Amino acid sequence: MTLSRRAATEAWRLLGHLKETLGHPRRASWAVRSRRCRQCLCFMRKMLAAVSRVLSGASQKPASRVLVASRNFANDATFEIKKCDLHRLEEGPPVTTVLTREDGLKYYRMMQTVRRMELKADQLYKQKIIRGFCHLCDGQEACCVGLEAGINPTDHLITAYRAHGFTFTRGLSVREILAELTGRKGGCAKGKGGSMHMYAKNFYGGNGIVGAQGQIFEAYNMAALWKLPCIFICENNRYGMGTSVERAAASTDYYKRGDFIPGLRVDGMDILCVREATRFAAAYCRSGKGPILMELQTYRYHGHSMSDPGVSYRTREEIQEVRSKSDPIMLLKDRMVNSNLASVEELKEIDVEVRKEIEDAAQFATADPEPPLEELGYHIYSSDPPFEVRGANQWIKFKSVS
Amino acid sequence: MAAVSGLVRRPLREVTVRDAINQGMDEELERDEKVFLLGEEVAQYDGAYKVSRGLWKKYGDKRIIDTPISEMGFAGIAVGAAMAGLRPICEFMTFNFSMQAIDQVINSAAKTYYMSGGFQPVPIVFRGPNGASAGVAAQHSQCFAAWYGHCPGLKVVSPWNSEDAKGLIKSAIRDNNPVVVLENELMYGVPFEFPPEAQSKDFLIPIGKAKIERQGTHITVVSHSRPVGHCLEAAAVLSKEGVECEVINMRTIRPMDMETIEASVMKTNHLVTVEGGWPQFGVGAEICARIMEGPAFNFLDAPAVRVTGADVPMPYAKILEDNSIPQVKDIIFAIKKTLNI
Repeated sequence: MTLSRRAATEAWRLLGHLKETLGHPRRASWAVRSRRCRQCLCFMRKMLAAVSRVLSGASQKPASRVLVASRNFANDATFEIKKCDLHRLEEGPPVTTVLTREDGLKYYRMMQTVRRMELKADQLYKQKIIRGFCHLCDGQEACCVGLEAGINPTDHLITAYRAHGFTFTRGLSVREILAELTGRKGGCAKGKGGSMHMYAKNFYGGNGIVGAQGQIFEAYNMAALWKLPCIFICENNRYGMGTSVERAAASTDYYKRGDFIPGLRVDGMDILCVREATRFAAAYCRSGKGPILMELQTYRYHGHSMSDPGVSYRTREEIQEVRSKSDPIMLLKDRMVNSNLASVEELKEIDVEVRKEIEDAAQFATADPEPPLEELGYHIYSSDPPFEVRGANQWIKFKSVS
Repeated sequence: MAAVSGLVRRPLREVTVRDAINQGMDEELERDEKVFLLGEEVAQYDGAYKVSRGLWKKYGDKRIIDTPISEMGFAGIAVGAAMAGLRPICEFMTFNFSMQAIDQVINSAAKTYYMSGGFQPVPIVFRGPNGASAGVAAQHSQCFAAWYGHCPGLKVVSPWNSEDAKGLIKSAIRDNNPVVVLENELMYGVPFEFPPEAQSKDFLIPIGKAKIERQGTHITVVSHSRPVGHCLEAAAVLSKEGVECEVINMRTIRPMDMETIEASVMKTNHLVTVEGGWPQFGVGAEICARIMEGPAFNFLDAPAVRVTGADVPMPYAKILEDNSIPQVKDIIFAIKKTLNI
């Protein structure tokens, strides 16, 4: 909503008159008596009211916004990023990258959303509102957000059980994710899948079974043989459940373990590094050269799952050190503030908005009803006519609909 | 719970199923140095479900081995070790993960003694939690009793209480054949009274022998693993209504103790089977088929009835999950229907 040109011109004229009147010592005393001045003051009051309505009504922003809007931010900034270790590659991703203010704010918001969503899941699990298995990815936000930043929504992604972050970056809402965790009908799998079984367009879950090694080498062989455009990604968070990588792997240079497949080792705590590496890898694949491997060096703050305290096989000092030196959200924030891409207040505001979004989603996830019992048998087969499903005994029957 | 003899008053300890398995393995590890345990997190983490707590500390790296997350790989290594003369206990974190290694279990372990014309035994134990837990959803809740029970060459046991757990794991380790031990995660923390004979280091429960947990006259209720407890609960409820159920704890899936079941059916004339797995081609289906093939068929006054898990992949939402496993009310309903009351 804008003030009309006529109103604005009139306002300036009256302001000018008022200034003149009040500025003059002798005139000021009988300024109030002057009808013209009263008219002026009345108009000023209306003006201010209108202006404040414009500022608060249309965009729901607090008064501090007014200050922010007037500040000059840089449109973009160039940053140096860590060089990736390369395997069977002549060149790697660039060592500098340009981050626009818009992208920076977007990544910040996304990472903060994943972080807060995972922490909310932790809380709900401890309240026993989430049951079963729950594998959280807080600490690894740069991986899912950075990856998504480097690929297209039309690309296809599949992952293992630590999937909530990817489910979000692939396009599902926090509401749908939390409601799936709480097993309600508004969940993305209608409450039937749970934490490890979330799916979206071009996102194939969410998988609970991870027989690591044999199958991956079979996949490497076929992908290389047939030159499939596939990026194999290892989120190396240093531990396989409770076993450190040194105790489980003959070689911990996972980016080299594709052997004949080229690989990159990437700083998985730096979202810009992940983005550039992903862009590089995606370009490699799309050019028809075949598969490529990316090892993202990252860290999870939580244990393997909610039933693992995560401190019997690593020290609290280690966790604290990563948090204070390498937290992905902190790293992005510092970069943006120091390069004048955003202000501390602005980012704090995003924090507030994200918190609210998560709270609303959690509210929904706890209030939404469970899926109806009648639908227990649904979705066994696709594209099939309805049939009957046996329950706990031959007299209990459920209908199955595709 | 376990029937207690009222005549002899000896102090009875309460031992959880977890500790019973731990004790059983500990005793066998001590008795025979060829016995060793391998699997994910079994050593330094004390076991994903703490079943192997303290064993690594006591026996060290050579006997308690942490493996990478490679079921096909380490199951194959275990089978090879068994062929070469060792006595491995191969833990699957849950039997759902054994599907990654099922070729090793069936083709390398189960069939080998037969294929070699009696030359090459495979004295291996595959153990781990089986069946539904709580809220672990479709890929982590499957019961493998019917799948493994299907295969000649394998022995398959399914302990219910602490006594079962200790006696069966010891027998399994001492057996020269591949034995699949189907434990239950929800039972691990449940304490049971441990009779004095179970406290002995040579306490063994024979594989292939069922146990009558509760005597009855009106109907035979056959079950294995956690549902045995539900059957006993149902029996207690029905007893108040004057119906006395005979509850049989199978203990072994293969070779199945049909004699005990038949003798019971010939006494009660009615049969209900109860299992956590899916109905089609399940344990109950096999029992019913065998009843028809044997002497007990002519003693049946009503068709045998099966109570099973629902024929769906395990849903996550609590209300759906609760209705996908056999509940006490489903067992009572089936019993009453069979007895026409």
